[in-house]
Amino acid sequence: MNDQRRHFFDKPENIRLILRTLYIVCTGLFVLDFILHRHVAHSWENLPGFYAIYGFVGCVILVLIDKWMRTFLMRDEDYYDRRELEDGEGGNVDA
Amino acid sequence: MWMLEIPPFVPFYLGALLALLTRGRLRALLMLAVPVLGALHLWQVPEGIYWQFTLLDFELTPYRIDRLSVLFGYVFHIAALIAIVYSLHVRDTLQQVSGLLYAGSALGAVFAGDLLTLFVFWELLAFSSVFLVWARRTPRAYVTGMRYLVIQALSGLLLLAGALIYFREHQTLAFDFIGLEGAYGWLIFLALGLKCAFPLLHNWLTEAYPEATPTGTVFLSAFTTKVAVYALARGYPGTELLVYIGAIMTCFPIFYAVIENDLRRVLAYSMINQVGFMVCGIGIGTALAINGAVAHAFNDIIFKGLLFMAMGAVLHMTGRMNGSDLGGLYKSMPKTAMLCIVGAASISAFPLFSGFVSKSMVMSAALENGYGWIWLMLLFASAGVFHHAGIKIPYFAFFAHDSGIRTTEPPVNMLIAMSIAAVLCIAVGVYPQVLYHLLPFAPEYTPYDTTHVLAQMQLLFFSALAFVWLNLRGLYPPELRSVNLDAEWLYRRAAPRTLGFCFSLMCRVATVLRALVVKPGSVLRNYSSQVDVRMLRHSVMTGSMVMWVMVFLAVCLFIGFV
Repeated sequence: MNDQRRHFFDKPENIRLILRTLYIVCTGLFVLDFILHRHVAHSWENLPGFYAIYGFVGCVILVLIDKWMRTFLMRDEDYYDRRELEDGEGGNVDA
Repeated sequence: MWMLEIPPFVPFYLGALLALLTRGRLRALLMLAVPVLGALHLWQVPEGIYWQFTLLDFELTPYRIDRLSVLFGYVFHIAALIAIVYSLHVRDTLQQVSGLLYAGSALGAVFAGDLLTLFVFWELLAFSSVFLVWARRTPRAYVTGMRYLVIQALSGLLLLAGALIYFREHQTLAFDFIGLEGAYGWLIFLALGLKCAFPLLHNWLTEAYPEATPTGTVFLSAFTTKVAVYALARGYPGTELLVYIGAIMTCFPIFYAVIENDLRRVLAYSMINQVGFMVCGIGIGTALAINGAVAHAFNDIIFKGLLFMAMGAVLHMTGRMNGSDLGGLYKSMPKTAMLCIVGAASISAFPLFSGFVSKSMVMSAALENGYGWIWLMLLFASAGVFHHAGIKIPYFAFFAHDSGIRTTEPPVNMLIAMSIAAVLCIAVGVYPQVLYHLLPFAPEYTPYDTTHVLAQMQLLFFSALAFVWLNLRGLYPPELRSVNLDAEWLYRRAAPRTLGFCFSLMCRVATVLRALVVKPGSVLRNYSSQVDVRMLRHSVMTGSMVMWVMVFLAVCLFIGFV
């Protein structure tokens, strides 16, 4: 395979095209909520565009919580290995 | 007809034995024949009890077929075939034999009609599968496999203890509805929960699956948790506690999956999330919910297998699995990328893919039975699973920034196996009736109506929009080389450290005591000063595990006699 070849996502216009399609589909789906009739079983579903809003807000909150979780859950890659994989030859031993 | 007498695990065990004696093409042919012939045979066998005998006082039923078990039987054969095709290029007797034994044990477990047989296959599952981890042949795989084995064996011991108490109270070992009554109910519940990766008991899965060989993980992902789901569906349908456990299982792993770097560990977390949907469905317990749980187990085996295969192919070809090292692989592995996207679309439950037709059953059942808040959690989890498994996996492996890695497509057998799984994902998504007719209860569900399709499309596309927006704003957490603390910290860090502290304290006390008793300069004193904690600590890890197992055994024995 020729490494110098420019691939699909190397071209910014292709990425722009994909993003634009996504925006159009999202808008379309949001509008459809007002045209098509949905069965409603949960009171929150009455909110126009409920699923769209829930999906978007849910994912943003997910990522924001994750950024916060990293502040206290993240350790070095060899956090466990340092201790568990010592080879008995006095390698990396933490005191 | 004599054929009817053959339980489904027998061909697999025989196949494993023959695989041990053969090599090369003959072995490959043999391994392929086992699941094909086994499935054809199982297809012919109607429901019923085919093997029953009395051992001591126990009436055992090692082979019983009903509508619940037979569906798992079919999908295990399919999964075994796919995994075997996927691993045809492997020239490693250890992996090939243990893979067959493992699949056979899973079949033995789902067709077990009594708790003792279930226990035997439960333990065989553990012992055969650990070799798929050890086959990686790295020190890390060794210690991980050890922990995996201890936890799995512990689950078996709990099951055995529960089964014996169950026998004392009911004078039967038949494996039917158990329920959370008495000590036996809780013991068996905990045993199944360990294998099912209940919250806080889940780390064996996220540890072992990413550590196994590329092909081994494909086997692992299919069987252990699904056997546990089957056992829960038989023993604990309608247990309300499961609804809440399941809902938690769907939600918490997505937080870990988003910040995890090892892409196969991301999939392991996402597997807990998917099993959560099944557990939740079993807890709701209506016909629709159980159908949904079982159908989702069927689909999950195939699409999760497909995702693990795609990641295994990447690992096989590049030797790397961290999101931070990968990217841009669509340039050199376009077919694998496409197949991975099919798996990603299935797990995200896009309409026309398999996840959609089963997950929506559990969601509908939650709504119908008044679990409004649970439904909101499941909905959040659905958006989250798209976020981490649907987008993150393909994006960081195949797209994102170009890592500069140039490779080729994986061996053709890997591509064939992935294609089989991908075709099944789409086929089940397009013709869900085929799957629905195999479900334990009569199907009364139509996934494709305006409400479901529109709602799901909105949820998914706006989740994708959130991903794009977060990425463009630079808010998305980057892939970092790191370890994230989880419940495993308790037994990997806290317990060994506490024990180490106790041992060093004991050493010091001993030294002081010796100094008081023995004269300075004597041999004994010199020796005691050389006893370093470090020398002890090497064995502390394994030692502490063995100790806990011993404590546990003693407790079991005690409970058994009381």
